[in-house]
Amino acid sequence: MRKGTLRQILLITDGCSNHGEDPIAMAALAKEQGITVNVIGVLDQDTIDENGLREIEGIAMAGGGVSQVVYAKQLSQTVQMVTRKAMTQTLQGVVNKELKQILGSNASLEDLPPEKRGEVMEVVDELGETVELEVLILIDTSGSMKTKLPTVKEALFDLSLSLNARIGDNQFSVFVFPGKHGNTEKVLDWTPNLESLSSVFPKLTSGGLTPTGPALREAVAFYFEKKRSLRGLISGDESYFEESSM
Amino acid sequence: MNHTLKNHLCKLSVGTVVVGKWHHHAYKIIKLLGNGANGAVYLAESKRGLVAIKVSDSNTTILSEVNVLKRFSKVQGVALGPSLLDVDDWFDPSVNRLIPFYVMEYIRGEEFFTFIKKRGKEWIIILMLQLLSSLEKLHKEGWVFGDLKPENLLVAGMPPTIRLLDVGGTTLQGRAIKEFTEFYDRGYWGLGSRKADPAYDLFAVAMIMIHACYPRKFERKENARQQLSEMIQADATLRKYHKVLMKAIDGTYKQAIEMKRDLVAALHHNDLLKKESQPPLRKTRNQRKMQRKAKKRGGIVETAVIVATLLFAYVLYLYGQVL
Ligand SMILES: Nc1ncnc2c1ncn2[C@@H]1O[C@H](COP(=O)(O)OP(=O)(O)O)[C@@H](O)[C@H]1O
Repeated sequence: MRKGTLRQILLITDGCSNHGEDPIAMAALAKEQGITVNVIGVLDQDTIDENGLREIEGIAMAGGGVSQVVYAKQLSQTVQMVTRKAMTQTLQGVVNKELKQILGSNASLEDLPPEKRGEVMEVVDELGETVELEVLILIDTSGSMKTKLPTVKEALFDLSLSLNARIGDNQFSVFVFPGKHGNTEKVLDWTPNLESLSSVFPKLTSGGLTPTGPALREAVAFYFEKKRSLRGLISGDESYFEESSM
Repeated sequence: MNHTLKNHLCKLSVGTVVVGKWHHHAYKIIKLLGNGANGAVYLAESKRGLVAIKVSDSNTTILSEVNVLKRFSKVQGVALGPSLLDVDDWFDPSVNRLIPFYVMEYIRGEEFFTFIKKRGKEWIIILMLQLLSSLEKLHKEGWVFGDLKPENLLVAGMPPTIRLLDVGGTTLQGRAIKEFTEFYDRGYWGLGSRKADPAYDLFAVAMIMIHACYPRKFERKENARQQLSEMIQADATLRKYHKVLMKAIDGTYKQAIEMKRDLVAALHHNDLLKKESQPPLRKTRNQRKMQRKAKKRGGIVETAVIVATLLFAYVLYLYGQVL
């Protein structure tokens, strides 16, 4: 199987969007372009409102990704778990697709007797270890998220620690929303490690609106731009894993 | 949807019969043994007797754990994890879908901390030495356990023996650790990477020992290494292992067997010192044996003296007769 790149958007938020397009639609847009959208909802003390919860689950579902709601304290463990889980899920989709080509169009993993599935899983494991991964991190800095930013920063360091233990390469970039001058603001361009976040985080200001939908759209556009500029450089050899449902 | 399925799987009611679609074996649920992020484990009754059965909403989880358990069963002569008995899918009518599951040996035992609480702190070191022997074998096969924590250690049988559970974190060396728990993870403490190497497990062994003596969980501070070092020094049980534990924390040991050897040395070092400075309060088995031997030797001398005395008396008697 050829080596490819997995592309993810990781959205970290604590509530409901209140500005611009429907974020669920934007997540579906991302998925159409082979980008998985994962969402982590950060809780304050006790509860999150029903609408917020529905939106978080909706975005992840439309974006073919994974969602998880956690208390700020458990963020580190969750961020890396969600990212990994989404990776496996996508890769399994890819492997399932290849299986269908071998076994016929209706076949899926569950049609194989359990004894035979092990090898498939080993392929998924192997891919998960070696595949290149790009994660665009999208952080909600509106209102109440402000106090959680130090925890978010730690969780992101932890994420790069986990992912950089893999054999495959990683690229991260970080956006916050709302931005100083628009819906989003890029605070870190593609980089293999997140160390440089330290200097960025303290300077972040928080705004009132929560334009989750527009932020997602701009994140997808940023990915698109990268792909295009790469195409220009290396004549479109880069292959991406397309998202496929399980 | 996923969320509710997960909830459902941790709440299978007693008496539910799980039947495999492929192999048709039946398992009757007796009680929940535990559940975690990746599924639920139940005690169940089958034709083969009591077994443990793990159900999950994720095929991936089941498959990768089964892969590891299979590998383990190939490691000759040692029980690294529970042995694998069956893998199958169960059509659960109440959610109208196939649930992947696997069946393993039921290990009837007590969690590590429960056991220590009941039987005393002197067991910590013994069980850790056993654990290191198991880890040594696992590492030799090219694996790292990964999610090593007290919850995944059961003490079973007579003599009490430590058994490893939950192979979800077991990772090939050189790869990224699959699953871990922050408190036992050197990455969280800022003391190393999450690349699987034997030292990763040994760090966790050190943390388990520390946690066994500080039952209340604590959080990392600015200088984690110093924090741990001070905690070890401050505890009467841990103090004598300070050097060994710090080496494990620093990742100096490349093999479990090295750590084991040093722990044993530290254990006896203390005994020797004690012997020199003060009479031992409680005699170890070895010392007792030695004393018994000494007693035996003393016995021989006593017998000889008695025999000699009797002989002398006899000689005198004979002499008297003659006279
Ligand atoms: N083979 C077994 N025998 C006895 N108890 C078991 C066995 N397997 C698991 N358990 C119990 O179930 C609990 C949860 O199992 P585990 O495999 O750790 O699930 P998870 O990975 O989802 O946390 C364990 O902590 C243990 O108490």
